[in-house]
Amino acid sequence: MSKSLVKKFWINSQDAYTVLWSDLLILKRRSGRYLITTTISPLLYLVAFGWGLGRGMSVNGTSYLQFVVPGIIALTAMTASFNGAGTRLNVDRLYFRSFDECLMAPISLLSLLLGKALIGVVRGLVSSIAFIAVSLALAPGFSVGPLFLMELLLTCLLFSFLGVLAALLARSHQDLATFSSLILLPMTFLGGTFFSLTQVPWGLKLALYVLPLTHCSICLRAAALSQPVPCGSLFGIIFFLMVFFSGCMVVLKRISV
Amino acid sequence: MSNPMILIDGLTKEYSGKKVVDGLNLRVEKGELFGFLGPNGAGKTTTIRILTTLTKPTSGNVFINGFDVARAPSRVKSQFGIVQQHMSLNRDLSVRENLDFHARLHHLAPQVRRERINELLEYVELTEHADQLIDKLSGGLKRRTMIARCMLHSPRLLFLDEPTVGLDAQARRRVWDLIRRMNIDGSTVFLTTHYIEEAEALCDRVAIIHHGRVIALGTPRQLRQRLGMITVEIQGHGNGTDYRFFPDREAAARFVSSLPSQEKVLMRESNLEDVFVEITGQKVLDK
Repeated sequence: MSKSLVKKFWINSQDAYTVLWSDLLILKRRSGRYLITTTISPLLYLVAFGWGLGRGMSVNGTSYLQFVVPGIIALTAMTASFNGAGTRLNVDRLYFRSFDECLMAPISLLSLLLGKALIGVVRGLVSSIAFIAVSLALAPGFSVGPLFLMELLLTCLLFSFLGVLAALLARSHQDLATFSSLILLPMTFLGGTFFSLTQVPWGLKLALYVLPLTHCSICLRAAALSQPVPCGSLFGIIFFLMVFFSGCMVVLKRISV
Repeated sequence: MSNPMILIDGLTKEYSGKKVVDGLNLRVEKGELFGFLGPNGAGKTTTIRILTTLTKPTSGNVFINGFDVARAPSRVKSQFGIVQQHMSLNRDLSVRENLDFHARLHHLAPQVRRERINELLEYVELTEHADQLIDKLSGGLKRRTMIARCMLHSPRLLFLDEPTVGLDAQARRRVWDLIRRMNIDGSTVFLTTHYIEEAEALCDRVAIIHHGRVIALGTPRQLRQRLGMITVEIQGHGNGTDYRFFPDREAAARFVSSLPSQEKVLMRESNLEDVFVEITGQKVLDK
């Protein structure tokens, strides 16, 4: 019994890697261009909000620059993972129409989903780590430990699943752009990235806790500033991750036999 | 008695209450080169999508090489290869990378993968284009890449959905040669096409589908015989050309000699296009 489970796990892992492999080839081919384009907007946020607007400001006893960097890391992970998984799948499904090939292959839906989500994770990690490297050089004073990296990984996975879900539900390229404008853009500015939630009225605070990025920002900030683990937000990340994963599985089951 | 390669029993597919496939029954034997003809919207592509596990039927049963599509989709998926009507290659990858991806999805071992890819690149005469990105290839070369891809995992059944659409005459002939070779090499081929001469040139048997139902089934010759082997076209008769069908030239000649001398008349062998138009009331390309 356990032997067959191990075999199943091995086959599923290999299949997920196969699905990821083709997207990795494309990323490798465009790695230089990707690194430049993906780090531009977080660096602009850092310069505009961290150095420009926030110079001399402090939040909860921390300099604004130190406060804002983990938030920008969270939003970089969100944007790169969502687009890395979602846009790629959207192109494969609606433009190249090569996603059918994966649906007709003798692989499990779980492998297919993981493979499609993992490219988002890879892109999210590459972008975030590139930004972290630049940030550490420009604004040292935050720590990048194992807990921080684990939370970063969870953030990337969460938004990759959201990207896959959005791409599976999209009926056109415009749908995905609309989703980004209506969901990701507000989250970018409201998800606890640029301001502390302690400063907002409780009604708004409650609404902001519905955003997954809020929990990611809180967790990454706590880990970066060596503060205690915000267990509620960590559970929040895991909750959203499970919801988006389940959503993907339901939609995949609906569209395949 | 062995299982047929494809067995479709009472297949129905509805979209918003409209039947696209309506109680379809069909049996395709192993080794056949089977043609599936019908006007646009007749239900051909929906049927293929159901056979290839991409769409769930509303009702009915489908078996591929004895495996139930609804109950054993994983087993079914390793039985067939498909060339879809639309270009379904990853255009950001090269020819070889596209083939490699497909081979990995079908669990071919690394050594087998390499050998099989090289073998098929030669088979479809694409070796010199192997490392070119798909986007840089002509339509004919892309189509040949798709043909190579569908054969990689040595499937017993090949679905070719309009494999020559958009190709020039020369490229089309090359694809025809490949289809014949695949069939001779032992694959059952299920071919949908708009080109009647393609079905006539290639297929052992043909089914004509209209409004989601098979309305004619047989060898191209049997279908022509049912209509009449000789066609007489009386041009300019009434509003257009009038067609009459006769079992042989003698009967057709007797009819022609009975016509007024001013009528413009053409006597020729009947073809599948005549059969198609006669029983569907539509040209193949009509909506």
